[in-house]
Amino acid sequence: MKLSVKSLIGLSGLSRSEIEFMLEQSESFKEISYRPIKKVPTLRGKTIINLFIEPSTRTRTSFEIAGKRLSADVINFSASSSSLTKGETLTDTAKNLEAMKPDLLIVRSQAAGVPELLSRTVATPVLNAGDGFHEHPTQGLLDLFTVREHKKKIAGLKLAIVGDIYHSRVARSDIYGFSKLGAEVTVVGPPTMIPSGIEQLGCKVSYHLDPVIPEADVIMMLRIQLERGAGNFLPSTREYSRFYGLNLKRLEQAKKDVLIMHPGPVNRGVELSPEVADSSYSVILDQVENGVAVRMALLYLFCGGADEVSA
Amino acid sequence: MKLVLRGARLVDPGQGLDEPKDLLLDAGRVAAVLKPREKVAGAKTIDLSGLVIAPGFIDIHTHLREPGFEYKETIATGAAAAVAGGFTAIACMPNTDPVNDSPSVTEYMLKRASEAGLVHVHPIGAISKGSKGEELAEMASLAESGCRGFSDDGKPVMNADLMRRALEYAKGLDRPIISHCEDLNLTAGGVMNESAVSTELGLPGAPTASEEVMVGRDLILAGYTRSQVHLAHLSTQGSIALMRRAKESGVNATCETCPHYFTLTELEVKQSGYHPHTRVNPPLRGEADREMLIAALKDGTIDAIASDHAPHNLAAKEVEFPAAASGISGLETSLSLSLKLVRDKKITLSRLVELMSMNPARILGIEGGTLKPGSPADLTVMDLDKKWKVSAKNFKSLGRNTPFDGWALIGKAVMVFIQGKQIILE
Repeated sequence: MKLSVKSLIGLSGLSRSEIEFMLEQSESFKEISYRPIKKVPTLRGKTIINLFIEPSTRTRTSFEIAGKRLSADVINFSASSSSLTKGETLTDTAKNLEAMKPDLLIVRSQAAGVPELLSRTVATPVLNAGDGFHEHPTQGLLDLFTVREHKKKIAGLKLAIVGDIYHSRVARSDIYGFSKLGAEVTVVGPPTMIPSGIEQLGCKVSYHLDPVIPEADVIMMLRIQLERGAGNFLPSTREYSRFYGLNLKRLEQAKKDVLIMHPGPVNRGVELSPEVADSSYSVILDQVENGVAVRMALLYLFCGGADEVSA
Repeated sequence: MKLVLRGARLVDPGQGLDEPKDLLLDAGRVAAVLKPREKVAGAKTIDLSGLVIAPGFIDIHTHLREPGFEYKETIATGAAAAVAGGFTAIACMPNTDPVNDSPSVTEYMLKRASEAGLVHVHPIGAISKGSKGEELAEMASLAESGCRGFSDDGKPVMNADLMRRALEYAKGLDRPIISHCEDLNLTAGGVMNESAVSTELGLPGAPTASEEVMVGRDLILAGYTRSQVHLAHLSTQGSIALMRRAKESGVNATCETCPHYFTLTELEVKQSGYHPHTRVNPPLRGEADREMLIAALKDGTIDAIASDHAPHNLAAKEVEFPAAASGISGLETSLSLSLKLVRDKKITLSRLVELMSMNPARILGIEGGTLKPGSPADLTVMDLDKKWKVSAKNFKSLGRNTPFDGWALIGKAVMVFIQGKQIILE
């Protein structure tokens, strides 16, 4: 299959069949991480730059491991060591990096739109590793992959995404991904955290968690990001936890085969009680594991690996 | 020296004129409106057949960046951009460095404008010292030095009591307070219009309420103090509704909007791929807002079209959208974008002249805005059918920041007269 896009900016720009194709590709990469020698030569000689203009350890590590298991040369370029803070423009930075002839730019940014803007500035393919509140497509794909692994399907499932939808790029990518594959998505949170017009992305809205729980096949709990100025959005994390936190008592109302997910890192005791995070319903560590497989597949697809195979 | 302009269509709503007439200029003034081909002894003649003559256009809202930010624009380059855009007079905002909050800054601006020797430049003084919103600037001294109005544009006066006192104080000076209506607490870091589009793009949104709350406040204060207020760059339906009600109840209020608000919508941010040239404050709004602005331009609720010319160096724009400077370099596209409304039959040409010449003169209390005998011979001459393409790199302005680069437009100023002196435009 030939992808319609050169860069992966978001799931909103992909078709259902493209998303399914990416998930299928990911399956074949998962097994590599179980080998005694976890390395294949697929991307040998390819250079991948992790351009992270926002602090991140998990996503960056996941991409780095994915690249290294495919034998690519992965270089980390983070904001603290870049010249972005020294008055260089974003365009300058991108053109400088491009001059070093990388095969792929993985971009994480605090500001929405940076991956798209860069993809229009440089010829190198760009893979969005999360931008502002916009999208986090690899997270969306690994969430889909994890649910499909457990439920064997996506269509017809009911997904509840709970928490700070306003500031969440994961929520947006999940809404696009799950709804394109036929699931019904409901976002849940206090009205201050439900952004204007979110229904138009393809989801329902509920301001209350309790009525949503018994219906849900999958519950995605989002991190309450106190560092993003929750001050005017929430009176306190204690009150949030009472009304929107998932604990064992609330879980009694859930389906017996419900999946509990979280993009991490978890605020234990705020959105998830420790008992729930560690329960048999939780597939949080599966998400992390699958993240590597999904990212390997995407590096392969966007680094020109697929072209060479067919050639 | 006497000069007769022959063969043009004269549009001057101030005297209910829209017909072929000749115009006699003498000693930098309009001497008479003549019947076509009426003979005048000893006069030089210029043939302007096929063109339109209007009283010189006045842009009441520009940023010329000098002193302090000469790398973005100077008074000379801004004046040249104004002429290129068909303006004969402009007002410039005080957010320079230092802020125009003292007569020495005003005098410096006027000196630089006179050295440039092109358009009339009317400085707007600050409302508060340093535009900090804490204490009033010396407005009487500023008026004496030549400031035509007062504004803390770009930095809204958040303290309602200070705004009240400013309105009262300016009343004694017969100068308007020009308000940039924005509640910064409500804007809360928003960088585009808050709506389903900002939600989709994942950018922090600025609600229409952050403009409208302040429009409401300032109209209430102007009514209460019986002072003159002019509201800058209105962009929302709600602001127009408030403005209508205030005018009906007799508040001495006027307002402007800008070509980008009646030409573009928030979708431009998406379609341009988050291009910082679409970042402007207030932000581009929704389609319903755009349509309401056009209706209000037609029905008289909006008094003026201003460019809010905000030139920036490209480095301030080649960054992440939220980090980019706000503003559009507008002097050289404002008239043609407005002429599109005439072409699309949304407003008449006569109404456009009210919006871009007659009313701006009245709001600022300056000469001009009409072709009545005795008026200054400041004229804008337009070719309504001229096809041209916007080319930012050829702007006279140092600011190349425009979302209209490459647009094909129809209608343009081809000539201006400033105090009777003819300047032919490219």
